[in-house]
Amino acid sequence: MSATKLSAPEQTVPPRPTPSLRGRTLPKYLPPALLGGSAVVCAAALYLLDRWNPAVWAILAAVLYTAAVTVLSAVVENRRKAVDRLVTSVVYVCFTVAMVPLVSLLWTVLSRGLVRLDGYFLSVSMNGVTPSMDAGGVYHAIVGTLLMTLMAAVISVPIGLMTAVYLVEYGRGRLRQAITFFVDVMTGIPSIVAGLFVVALWILLFGPGHTNGAAGAIALSVLMIPVVVRSCEEMLRLVPNELREASYALGVPKWLTVLKVVLPTALSGLTTGVMLALARVIGETAPLILTAGSSAVSINANLFEGQMMSLPVFIYSQVRMGGAINYERAWAGALTLIIIVMLLFLAARLVSHFFAPKTR
Amino acid sequence: MAKRIDVSGLHVYYGDFLAVENVSMTIEPRSVTAFIGSSGCGKSTFLRTLNRMHEVTPGARVEGKVLLDDQDIYSPDVDPVEVRREVGMVFQRPNPFPTMSIYDNVIAGAKLNNRRLRKSEADDIVERSLRGANLWEEVKDRLDRPGAGLSGGQQQRLCIARAIAVEPSVLLMDEPCSALDPISTLAIEDLIAQLKENYTIVIVTHNMQQAARVSDVTAFFNLAGTGKPGKLIEMGETNKIFTKPEKKETENYITGRFG
Ligand SMILES: Nc1ncnc2c1ncn2[C@@H]1O[C@H](COP(=O)(O)OP(=O)(O)OP(=O)(O)O)[C@@H](O)[C@H]1O
Ligand SMILES: [Mg+2]
Repeated sequence: MSATKLSAPEQTVPPRPTPSLRGRTLPKYLPPALLGGSAVVCAAALYLLDRWNPAVWAILAAVLYTAAVTVLSAVVENRRKAVDRLVTSVVYVCFTVAMVPLVSLLWTVLSRGLVRLDGYFLSVSMNGVTPSMDAGGVYHAIVGTLLMTLMAAVISVPIGLMTAVYLVEYGRGRLRQAITFFVDVMTGIPSIVAGLFVVALWILLFGPGHTNGAAGAIALSVLMIPVVVRSCEEMLRLVPNELREASYALGVPKWLTVLKVVLPTALSGLTTGVMLALARVIGETAPLILTAGSSAVSINANLFEGQMMSLPVFIYSQVRMGGAINYERAWAGALTLIIIVMLLFLAARLVSHFFAPKTR
Repeated sequence: MAKRIDVSGLHVYYGDFLAVENVSMTIEPRSVTAFIGSSGCGKSTFLRTLNRMHEVTPGARVEGKVLLDDQDIYSPDVDPVEVRREVGMVFQRPNPFPTMSIYDNVIAGAKLNNRRLRKSEADDIVERSLRGANLWEEVKDRLDRPGAGLSGGQQQRLCIARAIAVEPSVLLMDEPCSALDPISTLAIEDLIAQLKENYTIVIVTHNMQQAARVSDVTAFFNLAGTGKPGKLIEMGETNKIFTKPEKKETENYITGRFG
């Protein structure tokens, strides 16, 4: 660059007056104060009318607060800020409403499940326990759930992942459309139908009266495969094409590109997808009742011989018995199941964390 | 072992859309050829036909011949993977592999092809390629860091290092400097001047001065009209194209007049 001097353009237009950038704003303490105020006012009103009800109170308070803050803002501030405050309040209210069932569910399961959940409950089976005895546990159901889910995953993950790779990297035309269609259909199969399918298959293969864990695992994998395909497909599509091209340009064949560039890049997403699919099937009850049986009481670690209990079926059969102690066992079983799912998700987060592409 | 490229009567399609029409040209070994032309006239598209990257896009195809030292790279018995090992490419946007360290990115060509390298050999290739791409001094202390953590310009030089690490005989570069500062640009241009001793180099650029500085031969592409395919208008020695072009269109383009 040469050292030319830039001269300012000559001023022909009179300078526009700078509009004021300031405006009146509601003081910071006002919105929380308003919220507290509406809560108190509504509580008082309901109390005086003798209609006290926490749900009604929360709704009234939220509505009152939203109206008050919007009107005040419209008067003191300006229209844009009033709309902003209105929408902000609505969003918060919706968020709170969405959280209510979740928190309530967790609270219920925790408070009822913790009554019975202890080391003893987790480490013994129901072998020799009569329904109303103050004894017994879920060990056999934990073993069954873990084994059947594991076998389902071992079957579904390779099939699902390879199908996804086919759909994203290789599939063209009719065959791809057909596979996508059938995967969609499979996603919609009611789980009991998957169970019936395996029952029919087992009768065909081994004759009647064969109930075992493997049948349950197959039923679960029928449900799991389409979910794995779908989520892995999404994840593989997220891998930028530029990376594939960079690899091709180095003279790397397609299959190695898929294996060593695409899959590693998508790895953390793939793990999450597989975990979501696992979480989907770990709580399945109906197909397991049909295929793995609902009356196993003792520990059975053999997938290919005899009935196998699982946590959801355990909950179901305890509730069916109907005694107070049975309900306690059912809630403790539910809590156990939730804890197992949480642990799975924690593991998935760790895997994603350690395998995600890093930038520093 | 630079190679000559001979293109004759090449039509390039995306599905039914004819993007580039009837190009014939010869690219001499041990020379730098620059492609210039307005945006959308098919420079990248044509460049990508020279190492069979074009067909990676679904529905994309070509008609015509591209000879690489007397072998038609589009004849049915040719393996595109082999072609791409001979004809390397640097893309417009830097695209290091996000799962790999700087070191692994440089030797990605060998690693992804499952070629075993002795440690000393690999170290050697990494240092040589990074020095070649003028990146060594900046990254020599953090070779084990992820490649995606570099700045845009550094990433681009990493990609150049990665491309020259496999020692292709032809190097295609699609606007390699569009993300770089003037100093790195100069470094890349010096690098191109060095590489020219051993390689055949084709570079797409929007920067006329760059074309004038680095190239021996310049090819000017233009659209025959809106909605019409791109065409090779004129090709010749860079000096001549920039001082006495034969076609009016070329003159208008390089002097900045259009229409
Ligand atoms: N993947 C694609 N599918 C269909 N058409 C494409 C595709 N890529 C490019 N085209 C079209 O081909 C023509 C040439 O595009 P190309 O990218 O080769 O232009 P270019 O000369 O490299 O432009 P620029 O200088 O902006 O990079 C354009 O009309 C473009 O719209
Ligand atoms: Mg381009």
